[in-house]
Amino acid sequence: MNFESKTPTGPIAEQWTKHKFNLKLVNPANKRKYDIIVVGTGLAGASAAASLAELGYNVKSFCFQDSPRRAHSIAAQGGINAAKNYQNDGDSVFRLFYDTVKGGDYRSRESNVYRLSEVSVSIIDQCVAQGVPFAREYGGLLSNRSFGGAQVSRTFYARGQTGQQLLIGAYSAMSRQVANGKIKVYPRTEMLDLVMVDGKARGIVTRNLITGEIESHSGHAVILASGGYGNVFFLSTNAMGSNATAAWRAHKKGALFANPCYTQIHPTCIPVSGEYQSKLTLMSESLRNDGRVWVPKKEGDKRKPHEIPEAERDYYLERKYPAFGNLVPRDVASRNAKQVCDEGKGVGETGLAVYLDFADAIKRDGRDTISAKYGNLFEMYEKITGYNPYDTPMMIYPAVHYTMGGLWVDYNLMTSIPGLYSLGEANFSDHGANRLGASALMQGLADGYFVIPYTIGDYLAGMSYDKVPTTHEAFKAAEADVQAKLKKLISINGKQTVDQLHKKLGHIMWDKCGMSRTAEGLKEAREQIKKVKEEFWTDVKVLGTADELNQTLEKASRVADFIELGALMVEDALQREESLWRSLPRRIPDTRRGSQTRR
Amino acid sequence: MNVTLKIWRQKNATDTGKFETYDMKDINDHMSFLELVDVLNEKLEQEGKEPVHFDHDCREGICGSCAMYINGRPHGPMKGTTACQLHMRHFKEGETITVEPWRARAFPVIKDLMVDRSAFDRIIQAGGYISVNTGGVPDANEIPVSKDIADEAFNAATCIACGACVAACKNASAMLFVSAKISQLALLPQGQVERERRAELMISQMDAEGFGACSNTQACSAECPKEIDMLNIARMNREFLKAKVGSRAQEIH
Repeated sequence: MNFESKTPTGPIAEQWTKHKFNLKLVNPANKRKYDIIVVGTGLAGASAAASLAELGYNVKSFCFQDSPRRAHSIAAQGGINAAKNYQNDGDSVFRLFYDTVKGGDYRSRESNVYRLSEVSVSIIDQCVAQGVPFAREYGGLLSNRSFGGAQVSRTFYARGQTGQQLLIGAYSAMSRQVANGKIKVYPRTEMLDLVMVDGKARGIVTRNLITGEIESHSGHAVILASGGYGNVFFLSTNAMGSNATAAWRAHKKGALFANPCYTQIHPTCIPVSGEYQSKLTLMSESLRNDGRVWVPKKEGDKRKPHEIPEAERDYYLERKYPAFGNLVPRDVASRNAKQVCDEGKGVGETGLAVYLDFADAIKRDGRDTISAKYGNLFEMYEKITGYNPYDTPMMIYPAVHYTMGGLWVDYNLMTSIPGLYSLGEANFSDHGANRLGASALMQGLADGYFVIPYTIGDYLAGMSYDKVPTTHEAFKAAEADVQAKLKKLISINGKQTVDQLHKKLGHIMWDKCGMSRTAEGLKEAREQIKKVKEEFWTDVKVLGTADELNQTLEKASRVADFIELGALMVEDALQREESLWRSLPRRIPDTRRGSQTRR
Repeated sequence: MNVTLKIWRQKNATDTGKFETYDMKDINDHMSFLELVDVLNEKLEQEGKEPVHFDHDCREGICGSCAMYINGRPHGPMKGTTACQLHMRHFKEGETITVEPWRARAFPVIKDLMVDRSAFDRIIQAGGYISVNTGGVPDANEIPVSKDIADEAFNAATCIACGACVAACKNASAMLFVSAKISQLALLPQGQVERERRAELMISQMDAEGFGACSNTQACSAECPKEIDMLNIARMNREFLKAKVGSRAQEIH
């Protein structure tokens, strides 16, 4: 297999400039002769669709949501990094590059990350020009804040809703091109297969989620910007519909997957409250600046938090890591929370939570100061849990948040299938083994606004304008496959619901391929997933038909892919013996040296 | 706790539809309202009955997918809360909870609680943007924007396009949605160039979609999960008037 990263040679700082000059161009008048398919309308997909349409390409854009504006990028809270150095605090393109590579445990492709840092400055300009209402200072200039893994203030934000504002910006740019007739949007439409002709990606097969119709779409190139696969774990901070199907079906057609087991587990989420739990909600990490993490010293202590005297509390992060205290890196915080809960010291009804206590901070700084800093987060917490964090400690627990792994791409963001590109969280290239806060939004928009518009031309310039008709046998074969698979799902008519089976998979993944992994556990997981797969294909219950709106069928089709992807994640984790926290052998102690804590 | 759910079931757009009643026993009051519907759906599927179809995605109150009347109110009884962020502890033991899809001519029902809100997309396509291409824009700090103006633009921009405003309005008016976008862009210096044209185009598309007129009952703002201010509607009306008879329009004609 051809496995060439196409990374330019020469000094890293000059690579992108040089590469852009070397890329072949498509003459403006010829761009309209090419059709490009974009799957997904999050930050990467929407920005790519808009930018490509502006250049003159014909774009077909697909999303499973009822509107492109609802893609899950919308839920990102914190902010977006950019090496603007507006704060005069020593930031630079090189520093953002350095922090991102180091934060990713030196496992990202450095040339891609350097380019990401380079174009980050243009992203902010673009968003402001679109009318994104970033936070500003009284003098009218843009405000910045600091974020984990950086010693400079380079994060731009729009209150706690940065993802929403950036996505609406990209969606507006897309909407303008819809009005111009350059983008045709297919909402409530899900990609179910990739179509290849002569070894190249030439189209997709989709299901219209309202009518159930299976349709073929032909293009000269296909871009997958379909997001991450955290929902393999059933519970994650992803949206209910976030899925791996587009990427996985492309993988089955030959697009290689890279680092599938690299999963980011976020330490401060609202804990699971019961079996019915459908998803998890993230609380900003900034809370750890003032909150103290603790559990009772005694196992199974069921007293209310205020009844537990100071001497009987274990502030385990402060005890074990006196230099960092509660501000240890994400991975250390997550792993330790799991450890104390595994020891039976967890709190709350399920025992799967630790306290994050603001009592001392309120005593020290006053309620008003704490409220000014965290008021909206406290409100959100109370809305969900019913408890008021001013009076009783918050309860938190780690949750799956982001997947750094994804489809392998070269420097041009092309996968191992010619003509198939992957952007944003769906690809693997920029975050290595750990993503820094406020970098996901940056990558999505960098890929869509400033990378793909250049690199795709290089490929298309070598293509003929001829379109492959959707009556071509490759389309017909893919349609038949998709139809057969859906029919099979309906015909099983077993006893277990899709959610029951998905939860089984999620439990296995969380227990054995989550925060702590052992070769033994992973081998067990391998067998258990095999069994879940078998159960799924013999005992799943999907009601209704494939020729109508059928949300159970949609879920079933996605869970079938999650099961296979879960098996690959376990396989990948088993191959890794480095003491990397994603696959850290359980008994390796935390040290301040060594790759697992190097961020 | 125990509650009774009275849910609107409608097979497809042409079906007349009717309420079905479901008894929900021993539910945990920490559950969210949508999780209660999940539990009902699991039960229905196990019994071989078709689950209740409804739009939902992020379940964090930001994507705007979920859309249903709960006891006659868009997104239910809690102020500033979407259906997905509403929890069972806010209901009474033994309560009967009525659930319906948005009722508006411009939002036809697709199935059960799902409606077609593509009219909102078409309104944005008509002019809800600043016409800049990618690249070639000025530096982000080139044009200072006063903090008050930026904050007010942000407040308008928090709209999640769920459609609660339309659902709350007795005229099914979309003015709160449309005015929020017009306000956001009219407030910012970047939006000035197309200000008048934008107001005209978006309002005319809004009318074409079959939304009703505003009669200032303010129900939209009261039920908006993002608490978008009524002031935006006044601002939109002013923008429209200025576009029609304002000084710039007269300079050209």
